[in-house]
Amino acid sequence: MIEQILTASVFASMIRLATPYIFAGIGETFGQRSGVLNLGVDGIMLMGAFFSFYTVYATGSLVLGLLAALLIGLLLGLATAFISVTLKAEQGISGIGMYLFGLGMSELLFQKLIGTPKSVSGFPRLYIPVLSDIQFLGIGEIFFNHNLLVYLAFFLVPVSAFVLNHTTFGLMIRAVGQNPEAADAMGVNVARVRYMTVTLGGLFSGLAGASLSIALLNVFQQNLTSGLGFIAVALVYFGRWKPFGVLAGALLFSFVNALQLQVSAIGVDIPSEFAVMAPYVITIIALVFASKQTEKPTALTKPFERGE
Amino acid sequence: MKNRLILILVVLLALIGTLPVVGAQDGPFRVAAVAPSATNDLAFSQSMYDALLAIQEEMGAENFEFVFQEGTFVVDDAAVAIGEWAASGEYDLIIAHGSQYGSVVEEIAPRFPEISFAWGTDVNTFGLDNVYAYTPAADEGGFINGVMAGLMTESGVIGVIGPIEVGDAKLYVDGFKEGVAASNPDAQVLVTYIQSFSDVPLATEAANAHIANGADILTGTAQMVVGPIAVAKENGARWFGTQSSQAELAGEAGVMFQVYHWEVVLRDIIANVKDGKMGGESYVLTLQNGGLVMESAK
Amino acid sequence: MRDLSLKSVFNRILDVAPLPAALLAAFVVASILLVTLNAAPGQAFASMLQGAFGTENATAETLVKAIPILFVAIGICVAFRGGVINIGGEGQMIAGALAGVTTALVLADAPGPVIIIVSLLAGFLAGALYGGLAGFLKAYFNVNEILSTIMLNQIAVQMMNYLLNGPLLDPTEAGLNHIPKTARIVRDAQLPNLPIVLPDGLAALVGLENVELFARTRLHLGLLIAVILAFVMYVLLWRTTIGYRIRAVGQNERASRYAGINVRRQTVLAMLLAGGMAGLAGVVQVLGLQYRLQTDGSPTGFTANAGFNGIVAALFGGLNPLGAIPASVFFGGLLVGAQKMQRDLAVPAALITAINGLIVVFVVSSQYFMRRRARRRVMASTPPAETPPAAAPAPALEQKI
Repeated sequence: MIEQILTASVFASMIRLATPYIFAGIGETFGQRSGVLNLGVDGIMLMGAFFSFYTVYATGSLVLGLLAALLIGLLLGLATAFISVTLKAEQGISGIGMYLFGLGMSELLFQKLIGTPKSVSGFPRLYIPVLSDIQFLGIGEIFFNHNLLVYLAFFLVPVSAFVLNHTTFGLMIRAVGQNPEAADAMGVNVARVRYMTVTLGGLFSGLAGASLSIALLNVFQQNLTSGLGFIAVALVYFGRWKPFGVLAGALLFSFVNALQLQVSAIGVDIPSEFAVMAPYVITIIALVFASKQTEKPTALTKPFERGE
Repeated sequence: MKNRLILILVVLLALIGTLPVVGAQDGPFRVAAVAPSATNDLAFSQSMYDALLAIQEEMGAENFEFVFQEGTFVVDDAAVAIGEWAASGEYDLIIAHGSQYGSVVEEIAPRFPEISFAWGTDVNTFGLDNVYAYTPAADEGGFINGVMAGLMTESGVIGVIGPIEVGDAKLYVDGFKEGVAASNPDAQVLVTYIQSFSDVPLATEAANAHIANGADILTGTAQMVVGPIAVAKENGARWFGTQSSQAELAGEAGVMFQVYHWEVVLRDIIANVKDGKMGGESYVLTLQNGGLVMESAK
Repeated sequence: MRDLSLKSVFNRILDVAPLPAALLAAFVVASILLVTLNAAPGQAFASMLQGAFGTENATAETLVKAIPILFVAIGICVAFRGGVINIGGEGQMIAGALAGVTTALVLADAPGPVIIIVSLLAGFLAGALYGGLAGFLKAYFNVNEILSTIMLNQIAVQMMNYLLNGPLLDPTEAGLNHIPKTARIVRDAQLPNLPIVLPDGLAALVGLENVELFARTRLHLGLLIAVILAFVMYVLLWRTTIGYRIRAVGQNERASRYAGINVRRQTVLAMLLAGGMAGLAGVVQVLGLQYRLQTDGSPTGFTANAGFNGIVAALFGGLNPLGAIPASVFFGGLLVGAQKMQRDLAVPAALITAINGLIVVFVVSSQYFMRRRARRRVMASTPPAETPPAAAPAPALEQKI
């Protein structure tokens, strides 16, 4: 029974499912670390997913598709930064507005430019000599049988952790999120740092969308993400604003999801409602047990007012 | 004097000219329809939209007009639309295309006995004389697809992805399972209900799980199947579909599609309404009455 | 004394000018979208206005739409004032609706008012417990409420799907595989309609023959309950020590702790109240409008996103339950009018979603300009131009609230 459920393919599935959460969650981590909550992640993801899909559909070029996702992510990230940092808008609502805009706009463009669901040939699974063939514990299938964007997502985790913890830029981000007044007094440009992190978050969200539409699913449909961006935001809290924490959250959530799919696929008789519920329940329970004092960025959601 | 007589004559003639027009309720037959998803979903909502277009083609645009409110997954929004259409008195028939709209029709229809309502998928007309109900016998095409899938599978494993375990989705899946059992009792049918009509990423991973468990044939129902179809293509598996034809999307993976042709029901309902029979009947789309059509991929 | 000079009136208008300016900006962008879709913007917005407030029935539908949004928004005011970001309105609505409909079905033989009151209480309680759970996890286990409420929303949907297709399934539907739904609640358990009787003179003045406004519409008693509760919650927040403590914790947690306030208890209490209000939103939708609970598998089919729209309405209303009343009606009108526009012009539903998003973004951004004007004025004029309507019951901690 256990061998039937805990197959290598379940772990491979976990890695695929986790990919968009990692992209979006890491991006959101940068923003939140600097004190900006962006609830519009899902909207930016949808736009990234659509633009990359449409570009690949129209040109056949995966590179251009990826660039399109980055470009729209950049633009919407900048817009989010302008709204949250310059206009100091209430971050909760402006994010919901951005989400609705992305949700509606991506579907509208899809209807007008493509019309009906089509598929494209997205990033193929990469065959890595020797590694992809490792049979032991299914390692080849689990870790070395994925497309480029999956590897990129996992690669970005240590890079982001390094940037946040060991670079001047990372120090500035944390300072701005922890105590903007002090950072400002030390000569850090609070607004500029926040602009950079939020725009970076936009780029990552665009990538998260592309990882769905031109790498993992290779189709586009209205509301392709199905609220995945909101889960990504939740996972940032799970990960306590640390890239590796976000990774852990994404893997846990995705593992339970892959597991419930496998359990119902092989015909274990539990109501599918409870199976689908499992990842959400277990994520909460895990956090209850992992509970410890957080280092929440104290300035999170608080706009910075200079010297008044 | 003479002029006035001519004038009266002309007016009279004109009046007579209009009389039969009024009596026969000439002018276009007007339909208003509301559906939960988009008209290009390759599934449930598109099947009704296509049917209305087909009727319009048959009857001519001057004789048949329709308005369509798509994307109305919020039941209360449908209630507002249906209420307004009914109150306007401009429509001969109002279609509530979604089984979630039943209670709305039940509330509104009694207040407008002069207007005909149709809703599905269900068989319940609530005992009202101005309500039609319609539903597809989706298990019929499911059975045929299942028989073929049972004969085609080489691995002996077939994967099914469904939304929630009700309505035509359940009918189709149950019919499919029976079909497989009839043609290939040894084959294993893996069924996953993902509890959503729209979650493409989850449906895709459910399909991947079936493939990993050895499935070489996939099928599924609702609008999130675009994900599983791509999975079938990518893994060299074959795809059986239902609701609308997904032949173009499925490409070489596609085998057979059960397509709903609501126009069969609509034709009857429209003829009835024109004859003054406003409802009280429920229709079932079947292979026999042509409401269900099996279309093979290219 | 209020200064009624021309200049002051003009200043007052300027203070709120950014709001219409933002709406205008949103409409300009929307117009561009409409033109590219070959729809005439003028006609579109006329149709939207017509759909929202054009007729007695349209106005009633706008109010009907506003009811659950207002309930949720009132609760959001409490939660956000208490420093808890409750994104769980959707799940709490579902919890309330499930408990409420079950109660109404069980009590079917009781007198109408009893069913209604007990069902409303059950809905409030279930929503409160569901919201309180997130508050409890935050207060005692340090589980962030944004995370837990997002997750609890999904859990509630699956719970609803399971119960409606199982134990709560309409007995007459058993085995038929139709959409999962409960039986219909009895007529006595339904919230009565809410006709508003106009005084004779007034009705004639506005050219209405019907002195009973909304008598033939779907507008129900839920509106009155929501408005009353908005006042109750306003009083609770600003005139009682309970409210003072909640706001104190939201304003400055550490200072509150030094002042001897049990911070954890306030967090749980804020979420209990917020969840309870969302629960009421859910049960009122059932008792006042749908008369049964059914599911299409998604949360929005039932909640119509009121759990989220309530957040936006609360923030537009300045996190004040009374401000939430016009904000909710505005949103109700926007949503109902947009549907009408979709029907009249046959534009894709997606356009409506995008325009709603634009309006939210533009309006929330405009508050920057309003705040800036307000600040300038405070700095310019020696006596504070206006005292806030709510008197401060306590010093020190009150200032920024």
